[in-house]
Amino acid sequence: MQTKNVIISAKDVEVKFRVRDKYLTAIRNVSLDLYEGETFAIVGESGSGKSVFTKTFTGMLESNGRISGGSVMFHGQDLTKLKKDKEWEGIRGAKISTVFQDPMTSLDPIRTIGSQITEVIEKHQKISKSEAKKQAIDIMERVGIPNAADRFDEYPFQYSGGMRQRIVIAIALSCHPEILICDEPTTALDVTIQAQIIKLIRDLQKELGFTTLYITHDLGVVANVADRVGVMYGGQIIEYGTVEEIFFEPQHPYTWALLSALPQIGEKGKELYYITGTPPSLFNKIKGDAFAPRNEHALKIDFEEEPPFFKVSDTHYAKTWLLDPRAPKVEKPEAICNLHEKIQKMTEKGGAFHVE
Amino acid sequence: MSNKDREVILSIKHVDISFDTGHKKKFVAVKDANFDIYKGETFALVGESGSGKTTLGRAILRINPCSAGEIIFEGKRISGKISKAEDRNVIRNIQMIFQDPAASLNERATIDYCVSEGLYNFHLYENEADRSAKVDKALNDVGLLPEHKSRYPHEFSGGQRQRVGIARAMIMDPKFIVADEPISALDVSIRAQVLNLMNKLKAERNLTYLFIAHDLSVVRFIADRIAVIHHGEIVEIADSETLFKYPIHPYTTALLSTVPMPDPIVERTRTHIVYDPSKLDQSGEEREMRELRPGHFLHCTSKEFAEYEEKIAQMEKEQG
Repeated sequence: MQTKNVIISAKDVEVKFRVRDKYLTAIRNVSLDLYEGETFAIVGESGSGKSVFTKTFTGMLESNGRISGGSVMFHGQDLTKLKKDKEWEGIRGAKISTVFQDPMTSLDPIRTIGSQITEVIEKHQKISKSEAKKQAIDIMERVGIPNAADRFDEYPFQYSGGMRQRIVIAIALSCHPEILICDEPTTALDVTIQAQIIKLIRDLQKELGFTTLYITHDLGVVANVADRVGVMYGGQIIEYGTVEEIFFEPQHPYTWALLSALPQIGEKGKELYYITGTPPSLFNKIKGDAFAPRNEHALKIDFEEEPPFFKVSDTHYAKTWLLDPRAPKVEKPEAICNLHEKIQKMTEKGGAFHVE
Repeated sequence: MSNKDREVILSIKHVDISFDTGHKKKFVAVKDANFDIYKGETFALVGESGSGKTTLGRAILRINPCSAGEIIFEGKRISGKISKAEDRNVIRNIQMIFQDPAASLNERATIDYCVSEGLYNFHLYENEADRSAKVDKALNDVGLLPEHKSRYPHEFSGGQRQRVGIARAMIMDPKFIVADEPISALDVSIRAQVLNLMNKLKAERNLTYLFIAHDLSVVRFIADRIAVIHHGEIVEIADSETLFKYPIHPYTTALLSTVPMPDPIVERTRTHIVYDPSKLDQSGEEREMRELRPGHFLHCTSKEFAEYEEKIAQMEKEQG
């Protein structure tokens, strides 16, 4: 990050949902600065709030949810103050767009691919139908659809899963957004297609220069896509840093656990590491560190007081009492020590994942 | 252990599976699948979506009929027309674990009913108390509590729901389980739990699994032998260690190259290989399964076989 221009800045965002007359706090004071041109990945289990948090950037919270605190500054405008769809028009889809998880549900099954792309272009740019079609075919080619002009009038069911996701990306990019939010874009796809889609997003980013916010539950994917990583748990970001820092010098026990649970580093014949218990209920007020009940390294204070962010380096912060100078020294699990050496061995000649 | 001495539990013999398309031409989903699964092993079938791996799994359960070849289970043919008693025997002894636990459980039935449905169908209980005890035990075995019985599927997390899916398969005391992408719909942290559970149950009960997956990183952890399937054709079969050490078929290497590695430095230098079938031998010679090394089979022509022979000899020399 040479330029370090902050493009969007979230400060102490809190989101509450009203469910059966009770309030659930899905996001608890999350702050995040995104730099222009970078790829930031948010990692966490289902229910950690990663999708909800990014929905505040586009005003797409479900109707029972509201932002109850904090601000999201984008080009000098506080996005949390926008209420009506009309006010969102210039931002959602135009400056910030989203690629969703399942391409089958995010495309309209009874309309042609072409009309779904031109719809967005016509809505945001005042241009003629034929010009919109030209642009649509151009973007279809860019996302790697062969014979784009011929396939313009086809329907989603005539496309394979990977092709459909390419179309969703094409729609998201059709108005040259500044920020692209990718919400688990490859979870519904298989590994071969996943690799292609990730590469496509990265290539397009280089070409078009947008900023990417990548949401996933799979740390394995993150190594490939991200410049920086934020780990979310129980509605908070609990650790963030550059991708190297998160993989090679993780500090929070939850990050350790997520890394250790990857089957790539599991040893055959041994038990694979897993996280016991379930994520906390967000209906209740969380006392202390949200991860403490599932954390084998938990200290007494973890159950009593919420840890602050401790600085590890200029770019790396973690929210765990283990970093307090008074805390006992706890080493990260054996499985993820010397991760780079281990992975290198696996991908070298003779290793399990070596390919010629 | 040499494969010849092992007891074969399920044998797929030159099976074709095709679907009517409404046109004259049939769609062939699986072509000439031919392999044995040994008792007590985890046999993985790996391929991308649309490769026919699920179709083949369903054929074993008699959901999809075979259009050619036969499937032998414990020495008896179970494909095609068989007697009603035989059919019930298959249903009883071969169970399935489905991909999406949310979609495969009846959301209007309690867990008690979901788990005991098989018991009801086969009257595998003496009285109500016996049935209840069996359900309790099945739930216990997968790490759930008996008090969960009165709940409904939506009250569980994804990992717990998949445990219910496993419990309802295990309660039948099956010999063979077809697990169709049992962890693809789950979070990474829960994946590990389900994989460990499957391994534990297998060891305790001497089960045999057919594990269907698209992700080689998971398969490496759980499988004893692996078959790689592409467009309905099995292209390579080997035991797990061999396949990762000497991946020969170009499609297998392509699959291997797409496994994401949790290391940003390594990832930057890794290339993703795209499989290009047009680079294979185009002489028109029929491909067949040929044994390259004991237990290591490849689907190839004689010319390709010679190339693969060279490739593996080279690899063996380098790796000692």
